Amino acid sequence: MAGYILRRLAFLPLTLLIVALATFIVLRLTGNPVDIFLDINRTPEQVTALTQRLHLDQPLPVQFLIFLRDLLHGDFGESLQFSGSAAGVVWDRLGATLQLAGAGLALALILGIAGGIACAVWRDRAVDAAISSIAVAGQSMPSFWLGILLIEFFALQLHWLPTSGYGDLRHLVLPAVTLAAILMPNFTLITRTAVIELMSEQFVVTGRSKGLSRARVLATHILPNAVNPVLSFLGIQIGTLMAGSIVTETIYAWPGVGRLLINSIGHRDVPVVEASVFAIAIIIALSNLVVDVLQMLIDPRIHRG
Amino acid sequence: MAETLLSVRNLTVAFQTRRGAFDAVRDVSFDVEAGRVLGVVGESGSGKSVTAMALMQLLPEAARVSSGQIHLAGRDLGSLSDRQMRSVRGREIAMVFQDPMSSLNPIFSIGRQLMEPLTLQLGLSRAAARARAEELLGLVRIPSPPQIMRAYPHELSGGMRQRVMIAIALSCGPKLLIADEPTTALDVTTQAQILTLLRDLQHRMHMAVLLITHDLGVVAEFADDVQVMYAGRIVERSPVGALFDRPAHPYTEGLLRCMPPLEDEDPERLPAIEGNVASPFAMPAGCSFHPRCPYAWEACGRIQPQAVTLGAGHDAACLRHGVVPA
Repeated sequence: MAGYILRRLAFLPLTLLIVALATFIVLRLTGNPVDIFLDINRTPEQVTALTQRLHLDQPLPVQFLIFLRDLLHGDFGESLQFSGSAAGVVWDRLGATLQLAGAGLALALILGIAGGIACAVWRDRAVDAAISSIAVAGQSMPSFWLGILLIEFFALQLHWLPTSGYGDLRHLVLPAVTLAAILMPNFTLITRTAVIELMSEQFVVTGRSKGLSRARVLATHILPNAVNPVLSFLGIQIGTLMAGSIVTETIYAWPGVGRLLINSIGHRDVPVVEASVFAIAIIIALSNLVVDVLQMLIDPRIHRG
Repeated sequence: MAETLLSVRNLTVAFQTRRGAFDAVRDVSFDVEAGRVLGVVGESGSGKSVTAMALMQLLPEAARVSSGQIHLAGRDLGSLSDRQMRSVRGREIAMVFQDPMSSLNPIFSIGRQLMEPLTLQLGLSRAAARARAEELLGLVRIPSPPQIMRAYPHELSGGMRQRVMIAIALSCGPKLLIADEPTTALDVTTQAQILTLLRDLQHRMHMAVLLITHDLGVVAEFADDVQVMYAGRIVERSPVGALFDRPAHPYTEGLLRCMPPLEDEDPERLPAIEGNVASPFAMPAGCSFHPRCPYAWEACGRIQPQAVTLGAGHDAACLRHGVVPA
């Protein structure tokens, strides 16, 4: 197990190299940061200075090698719009993003899984029809639209919650609900399918033939087996979670990496964009590693070399 | 005269499916005496397994007992509450299934699955349950029980898994063991070992066994009595010896002719019973077997044959029971 984790971590730099290359190419393809960042009254000296600072006077392969060299030192360069290093700027926002993503994911998991189990237990009954319909409706609702509806109703009409911003727990409610709404329907449907499939397994009949009640077989035999399919799905959805977090942070002016990323793309703050993308890539890669390790701990049949 | 442990009277099990309704088990009556082995033989779809699940009161949702009674040691199982029936399962009737891999929970250790009925049904402490579980593994002749307790199902061979299933079934000392095709998924040498083990344990624990199989060889080896099922009905029942010597129902005769002879010097084509099992949605009138029967008369398509006694404990439901050559 420890060997497996180390081997997986050894591959992390390769993943990040690919991310670095992709980020680098996309940023160079989408315009010259100097033109966008400096205003109309710029002097030729300012242009030359910034061009040299970003190494834009070098050929592209050389630019990439310089970028990689600095990367090895954890140096993404200085932010163009904020004072301080890009890595530092991103680091300061990471806590807020993890808080939002964690709260949204927890909410989605708890409600989604509970809903899925209810659907499976009362399959083809009113409960199932109601929850499944809400799940499908939720799946088709764009999150920025849901976010606007929630703000209108809970903040502007009822005045229960703040419209946006960062602060106490009340500020977290609407962003977390919006983010959870993106993931929850899928968790409901995946859990429902997994539990229904497991219900027809022979070991369920074995459990019943030992004299276990239906509820005990569900709790002690079916649900533990349903964890892994849900985890597999969670692994795939970490990317969706981070993308959702970017949208949600933007809607609610949540001071996290996502909002910073969108803002920095607009201002062509190249070092910050690169550092943000990197932070998100590392979160996704590590989350997937955690998911894989959990699956190995749950199911003894999984042996990964 | 042994006491009757299980008594089934006029059992009919109805299925309600999207394609329509049908009876998978039709008006079946039989007894199992304490300490005896009753073999139930028939093709897939003959109602053998559905009968077994009806005894356990674990029929699938689409099925229900539409008429008949099941008495176990004098108690009507149909009248028991859910809770009462749970204490019957495992403690009075236990079951071993065909595929020991899928019958075990893949993510739990053998020990956990074996200790489960001991703690829940018998109320043993964890330590006592562990000790008893290791004893049970020894009883089914598994070497080094403590090691197997920690193993997972996928780490064992098919034969070992079936031994574990037998240990689980025997854990609460049932009076009746239902073995549904217990050796079908195993290779031939393992089959023989498992049958020997079952036979030995049945003697030692003085258990009654309901042995469900499509394999007459297994019946010959293990059962005291045998009943042959076709399309949800019992068509013939007999002590094992008499059935092999003097089959009275044409279907039984057909099954016996399909057995590959072991020491055949010049193997010919193995005979088969012509046609297919009748569809439950289009059951023929009269005797269900008549469309496939080489001896059928015109009357066979009109009259549902009643069981006729032919000898001690031997009867057959066939209008032409005398016609099968001995």
